[in-house]
Amino acid sequence: MAREAAPAGEREAVLKVHGLRIVLDPSGVDIDDEVSLQIHRGEVLGLVGESASGKTTVGTSLLNYQRRGAKIEAGRIEIDGQDVLSMSTEALRKIRGGAISYVPQDSSASLNPALRIGKQLLEILEIHGFGESQADREARRAEMMAEVLLPSDEQFLRRYPHQLSGGQQQRVAIAMAFANRPRIIVLDEPTTALDVTTQAHVLDTVRDLTRSYGVAALYITHDLAVVANLADRIAVMYAGRLVEVGTRDELFDEGHHPYSRKLLASIPDITGERALRGIRGWAPRPGQRPSGCTFAPRCDWVIDKCRAEYPPVEEVSPGHTVRCWRYKEVGAQAGVFETVELRDKSLSQRAADVREVISVRDVDAYYQHKKTLHDINTSLSERHCLSLVGESGSGKTTLARCIAGLHPHRIVGDIEFNGKRLAREARDRPRATRQAIQYIFQNPYSSLNPRKTIGQILSQPLGVFFDLSRSETEDRMADVLEKVALDASLLSRYPDQLSGGERQRVAIARGLAAEPTVLICDEVTSWLDVSVQAAIIELLASLQRDMGLSMLFVTHNLALVRSISQEVAVMTEGRIVEFGLVDAVLEDPQADYTKKLLSDTPTV
Amino acid sequence: MPPLLKLILIRVGLGLLTLFLVSVVVFAATQALPGDTARAILGKEAADKARYEALRKQLGLDRPIHEQYIEWLGGVVTGDMGDSLVQDEPVTKLLGRRVVNTFTLVFVAAVLSVPISLLLGSLTALKRDTLFDTSITVGSLSLAALPEFVIGIALILFFATQVLKGAMPAVSRVDPGLPIYQQLKLFILPAVTLTLAVAPYILRILRASTIEVLESEYVMMARLKGLPERLVLNRHALPNALAPALQVTALNLAWLAGGVVVVEYLFAFPGIGSLLVDSVANRDMPMVQAICLIIAAVYVLANLTADILTILVSPRLRTGLR
Repeated sequence: MAREAAPAGEREAVLKVHGLRIVLDPSGVDIDDEVSLQIHRGEVLGLVGESASGKTTVGTSLLNYQRRGAKIEAGRIEIDGQDVLSMSTEALRKIRGGAISYVPQDSSASLNPALRIGKQLLEILEIHGFGESQADREARRAEMMAEVLLPSDEQFLRRYPHQLSGGQQQRVAIAMAFANRPRIIVLDEPTTALDVTTQAHVLDTVRDLTRSYGVAALYITHDLAVVANLADRIAVMYAGRLVEVGTRDELFDEGHHPYSRKLLASIPDITGERALRGIRGWAPRPGQRPSGCTFAPRCDWVIDKCRAEYPPVEEVSPGHTVRCWRYKEVGAQAGVFETVELRDKSLSQRAADVREVISVRDVDAYYQHKKTLHDINTSLSERHCLSLVGESGSGKTTLARCIAGLHPHRIVGDIEFNGKRLAREARDRPRATRQAIQYIFQNPYSSLNPRKTIGQILSQPLGVFFDLSRSETEDRMADVLEKVALDASLLSRYPDQLSGGERQRVAIARGLAAEPTVLICDEVTSWLDVSVQAAIIELLASLQRDMGLSMLFVTHNLALVRSISQEVAVMTEGRIVEFGLVDAVLEDPQADYTKKLLSDTPTV
Repeated sequence: MPPLLKLILIRVGLGLLTLFLVSVVVFAATQALPGDTARAILGKEAADKARYEALRKQLGLDRPIHEQYIEWLGGVVTGDMGDSLVQDEPVTKLLGRRVVNTFTLVFVAAVLSVPISLLLGSLTALKRDTLFDTSITVGSLSLAALPEFVIGIALILFFATQVLKGAMPAVSRVDPGLPIYQQLKLFILPAVTLTLAVAPYILRILRASTIEVLESEYVMMARLKGLPERLVLNRHALPNALAPALQVTALNLAWLAGGVVVVEYLFAFPGIGSLLVDSVANRDMPMVQAICLIIAAVYVLANLTADILTILVSPRLRTGLR
């Protein structure tokens, strides 16, 4: 996996950033500080960090662009020796989309909904005066479409953004970014919203284009696994500062910062060797960052000095820098992958002779008149976890909702709970059944009522299913919060005062409050950072074991399933194409689709 | 059939259904008013029971309500709105010139208010939080807070009777014998009153939707592509801000058709609004019914137009038609 990466200095640096400081305006609270980095011709630098670490702010600042309420207070940014921050408006306009271009996180929102994509692509060429004539520009557009593997016929170019799939939209955005043969390109989490297969294609495209055009690239992501096979060098960002910068191999094999190592350990391991370990707590937002080393509250290596003073930049070897008081001790440890705990493989064994809690027999489901699930047969065993894996549109969420009684359209076939047929709609099911089957939604930012306190949210299932006194209710609430490792002081808070990971824990606590026997988790980590995802998976796995829950775990990420489940069902196009024990399915997949999914899942 | 045509036909059908329901409500409401037409016509003489009953019979007021309704509706459909009970002439004839007057007034108000509010709405959004934005915002909010008759009275005081005495006529008695273009001065104050009453709403919605669009990721992307600010605004921002403003504009123009009642009364303007007030006072039911239907029809038409325009300017809606 090691790739030739010429040492810094030998190649020409396309981008030089020095001492960049970006603050909130007018409060002056820093978003980013002391950011210095270089990217060389043809090199991909991965900028990795959790939400709120300030990495997107650094990305757009390279184009001298700040969102409302932020401003660059100090530092220098040079592209090919030109100072971007002191440019005239006109010079800046010329360089944006010309020498430096940007690929946004969510291209569905960043393509103009009212303009045809052909027009939007042509526009960037026209503005920067590409070629001699309109014919030249149209030829270039066709060339770019071919490079991102999209058709360039008139009919396709006349489409509006909403008539394209998410992957196609992202390809259009990439085509646009490469159109004027830029010197450097900023990619801001361009694959976060995409399925693994689409993500793999987009990553391939980015890799090929940066190579063939010799473009320098800054690839921003929260997922180290995504850049593992793409980036030559990686910069790890925490709370607005670069805590470690080095080549891919230096970072992966001999990380000197505890945070870098923690990030690595939180990458789900598809081979199933490593145990998944999250990072406790969450990355602090600007204005809430502690003094001293900002990572100290989450660090296992913390000493008193860390809380007092932010560590200086230390050079481990030429080009490999780190900011940690104890970097030598940290680096002296063996590589992350040698030191992490191994996964307890007995946890993915299926017990013999277990009862089926949920049985799904010959189920077809419809969305209005369209059949979306075909001939589904599967079962959930008591005290076991079944992962339901597939891409968007595979029908995995539909199946989960059918079981939960949340599918509002026609279902044919039988879904049984403890041998009894379940009514289609939850409201027609007996109360005991509704209590026994609980559902946790994908997006913790919309599944919790923003006008209710955590206490009110948790007391709801308690009030519906149990006849409790006030003090009993409070005891139960404190109890479920403890189960999800949250403090009882959160009861009086509102959801928007919590981080994404905390919100998802509250949502899990709400499910647990009903004392269910079956827990359905629908993509519960897809909105979360990888580090937080790992912690949530750890939590769910231990809850499932300790409370003897039967769990249906719906996910698009095949790499997660070994860390949580004993059985797996792989779905595509509304059908289950493979079903079996996780180790068997992942080690020796039978269905072509499973094999493809496995090969598209990024690994480190 | 082209999907857009199909949609228009469906919407026109729904519009007609709405008008039918309105006709039922209007008819029922006029029936519910205390005192009937015969009593209104006779005045004190209604005490004479025999004369009262005879007139009721002559006017058809003694027949069952549903019969009266069906006969009236049949007339409306064939263009015969009945005769005015007060002036003893066909309603359509009496209405003709007044409808023209009112529509001219509403048209002038629309021509003034729409461009002004669109311009100010987008400018305030672009110059957000500057002195210009703040003063326009405060000004438009104050206007929105004032009832239109207060605005009208203030204008009359300023331009006609107190400060600039006689600069503008205080009353707008449009002469039915002269063509409108010779009397445009009479339209100015009422039209300005209506404009000031309506423009703040359109302005504020356009400001809000422009701000939302300016903060959108595709506008950020347009800037990061190196587009000149002029193109960012004209090609990427404003067209997307227009759709929400269309709906509000239509609603407000429709409101104008009903809102003229007070303003016409204030300026003694001979339009359908002042006629409606008089007709209600005189229990001239055929007239009240006809005017209510006209106002309702304007509402339906304005909303229909706005919906169709919204679809035309929103590719997502347009391509989604089936």
